[in-house]
Amino acid sequence: MSDASDATSPDDARRMADSNEGGPVLAADGRPLKQSLQRALRRQKLRALGLIAPLLIFVVVTFIAPIADMLFRSVENQIVSDTLPRTVQSLEDWNADSGELPGQEVFRDFYFDMAVAAQRKKHTQLGTRLNYELTGVSSMFRRSGRRLDDIGEVYMDHFEDLNPAWGEEITWVQLMGSDDWLEQQRAWNADAAAADEADRDFDRPLPAFELNPAAREQLPRTSAIFDDFALYMRTDNQESVFEDEPWEVTYAALYEDLVANPEAASGFSGDNAALLSEAAAAVPQFEPVDYKAAILESEEGWSDPQVWATIQAFSPPYTSGYFLNAVDLQKTADGIEAQPEDRQIYALLFKRTLFMSLMIMGSCVLLGYPIAYLLSNLPLRESNMLMILVLLPFWTSLLVRTSAWKVLLQQQGVINDLLVWLGLVSDGARLTMINNQFGTIVAMTHILLPFMILPLYSVMKTIPPSYVRAAKSLGATNWTAFWRVYFPQSVPGIGAGCILVFILSIGYYITPELVGGTTGTFISNRIAYHISSSLNWGLAAALGSILLAVVLILYWAYDKIVGIDNVSLG
Amino acid sequence: MSDIDLPSTPKPNLTGFVLPLVAGAGAFFGLVTGSAKDSALLGLVIGAVVGAALAYVLISYMPSRRMGRWAAVGLFAVIGVLVGGFPGAVAGAAIGAVMGWITYWLSEGDYRDNVPIYYTAPQVLWHNSYLFICGLVFFFLIAPIITIIPLSFNAENFFTFTPEMLSLDPAGYSLKHYRDFFTNPNWQQALRNSVQIAPAATFISVSLGTLAAIGLSSEHVPFRRAIMAILISPMIVPLIISAAGMYFFYSRIGLQGTFLGVVLAHAALGIPFVIITVTATLVGFDNSLTRASANMGAGPVRTFFKVQMPLILPGVISGGLFAFITSFDEVVVVLFVGSAGQKTLPWQMFTGLREQISPTILAVATILVVISILLLTTVELLRRRSERLRGMSPG
Repeated sequence: MSDASDATSPDDARRMADSNEGGPVLAADGRPLKQSLQRALRRQKLRALGLIAPLLIFVVVTFIAPIADMLFRSVENQIVSDTLPRTVQSLEDWNADSGELPGQEVFRDFYFDMAVAAQRKKHTQLGTRLNYELTGVSSMFRRSGRRLDDIGEVYMDHFEDLNPAWGEEITWVQLMGSDDWLEQQRAWNADAAAADEADRDFDRPLPAFELNPAAREQLPRTSAIFDDFALYMRTDNQESVFEDEPWEVTYAALYEDLVANPEAASGFSGDNAALLSEAAAAVPQFEPVDYKAAILESEEGWSDPQVWATIQAFSPPYTSGYFLNAVDLQKTADGIEAQPEDRQIYALLFKRTLFMSLMIMGSCVLLGYPIAYLLSNLPLRESNMLMILVLLPFWTSLLVRTSAWKVLLQQQGVINDLLVWLGLVSDGARLTMINNQFGTIVAMTHILLPFMILPLYSVMKTIPPSYVRAAKSLGATNWTAFWRVYFPQSVPGIGAGCILVFILSIGYYITPELVGGTTGTFISNRIAYHISSSLNWGLAAALGSILLAVVLILYWAYDKIVGIDNVSLG
Repeated sequence: MSDIDLPSTPKPNLTGFVLPLVAGAGAFFGLVTGSAKDSALLGLVIGAVVGAALAYVLISYMPSRRMGRWAAVGLFAVIGVLVGGFPGAVAGAAIGAVMGWITYWLSEGDYRDNVPIYYTAPQVLWHNSYLFICGLVFFFLIAPIITIIPLSFNAENFFTFTPEMLSLDPAGYSLKHYRDFFTNPNWQQALRNSVQIAPAATFISVSLGTLAAIGLSSEHVPFRRAIMAILISPMIVPLIISAAGMYFFYSRIGLQGTFLGVVLAHAALGIPFVIITVTATLVGFDNSLTRASANMGAGPVRTFFKVQMPLILPGVISGGLFAFITSFDEVVVVLFVGSAGQKTLPWQMFTGLREQISPTILAVATILVVISILLLTTVELLRRRSERLRGMSPG
């Protein structure tokens, strides 16, 4: 304080603190004033951020995260590599341009993947996914899934003939499970049995299955499939692997493992080793299955190399396929191509959305400009009265207004009745004004008109009437004064209103859905269709992302012209 | 116009101007009535003659405007009774009122009232046509909303006026659609959901939004523009995209199809409105008041409730009303995020409109129009109060 005492005003004190001459200026508590001020500023910033933080977190979780999720879904494609992990790997070496089918190995891996997927009921989902890219794949997956069990049964019979122990759950559990897990699971089994005896409820979760390291090493295919089986039993059936025989495909995998590695038994000890070495000695006598022939027999569609090329093209975990589909292109083995003519609908839909939004915007300007001009030039009392006529529709429920238009425009509706009554239209030739583009444009113009009038009005209100008067006194006609003096000053209002109406209309869903029929719908209706009816969520997300990008660009333009802070709510 | 001391316009020419125009208006009404009765030409001629006669009689013998207009109403009502009974009388009275008004409007020179005295005839014509066009646009804005109100009292299950309604027969009207709304379990369930979801969502957006707006209004907020952009984004992103994203994300985290999910989604949609209105109110807020209150020993909480809150209350309430109406009126997001258990009023209307089940929708629509009129009035009053409190502009 001693240094600050000769300063005459707080401003001088701050200046001195900044200039740092003659030692630091101290605050009341003895700290340097500069530091103290900075601390206060920091505290203020933290306080402001602390007030904002809850809302920010809320909006990020409830709103931004969903949008990000949608963007992610538009490129996400993990279903192929998740469902067909082995096939995807062995297909990597196959050359799609060769025009030949992939080799025996790919078919073997495909059999393993399909058998597991069919047990887990995942193969139909994958079929649906790939059907978006190649029509007909869905039914191939469905049919093959039903018929592939037979292959595994051949090996299962061989193994069980060799030693009935292979048909027992306990054999598999001891062979595959780790010692730790076996101990935990046995304890769990004992507790469950005790609880059952005492008629108590028992809801302790099952211990997670753990593979025996020896099995993982010596029998890689079998152990991977058994691991899937254990997970499926625990999560989907809430049962332990003690309670069910492994899937048929496990026997086929065991056969393959033993053929590839006849010394597998060496990694095991005791009963397991004996069992395995017996099996390893016997497998060369087993009758091998021709996977390729069996799969082609189950469904002849697999003999088309195109199918395999599609699986290969869509095996990466991320894909541009949905975006390509959204602009009427498709990804094929030969690169990116246009969709066949009859499937090209999105370019048309985007064009129609833009065209109709422009029409709506244009009609809003035409109808809104005179109204805004009138409102801004009337005395306050009268303009407030008339403003109510603009604000009432603005405040009325969207569905009320849409239903009003439905009532007015339909064939047995009020307008048609009136025209027939007046004799302008004969009863048999009532006008179709709804379920087409006309209906959508009329209803949406009505709904969005207040969004044009309000920004126009707020701009026109600021134009001084003296300019027009000056123009007239200099000899301009009414028209010249309006067109050369007034109109240019109202252009910012037109720009703001147009962008606002345009942004709102290209994302509209409810009104086009109700009055648009088939020719008056927007891209948003297609998005909704893909979410709730066709379940092609990836395509819906890609269409949504494109629409979002368009809106954000327009919004950025709006911000440049008007500024976010000037968003007015009437 | 050479006469210097002629501040008022000369009386319009009777035979050359007023009579033909009134005759024209009469011809128009005659044509409408005539074509409805399948004799358009006859109606046109009769209408023109009656119009001209009326104008001549009124101008020559009825100098009192009020008397003259009532006379026209009465005359046409009588003609209406002769043509079409009671509904004809109502229509006739309306036509008579218009004809009487046009007659005096033309003959007294009222049509020049709002234009400068030096305007030429085409300019006056243009000005009045402009007003007429504006009237049509206002009609376009309001008529659809007004039309559904009488239709909601329809005694039949039609979406249009029945002959009984047009003849003003009381049998053509009934309250059955309102009764259906208040007794049908589907509608009642939807109403219950709506009045539970909207206030819950409003509460979340108002409480969090007000705090954040206060934080945003302080001078030293880092990344203010970015934060503002994030908070406003639910208003900018098209609803269908918000709905799609929320559907995907909420089904991942198990919120899809739950009451909580719908409330959170609606709260997110309402937040921009609260932020905008409350920050707008805070622009005029004098920060020395909070400092004065702190100086006198009040803690931050006490200062907030006793000093800040009463002053920004109008903004908070109107932001809350916006948030409420957003949630109450919202259908796209609830369609995707909700399940049948969260069916709200707009959703029920939406399905009703898509499947054309019953005009109960119109009864609900009428109730909603009444509610929106009440809300509009409240917001307008609040806005004025807020401006008065901040001393910006009276009324």
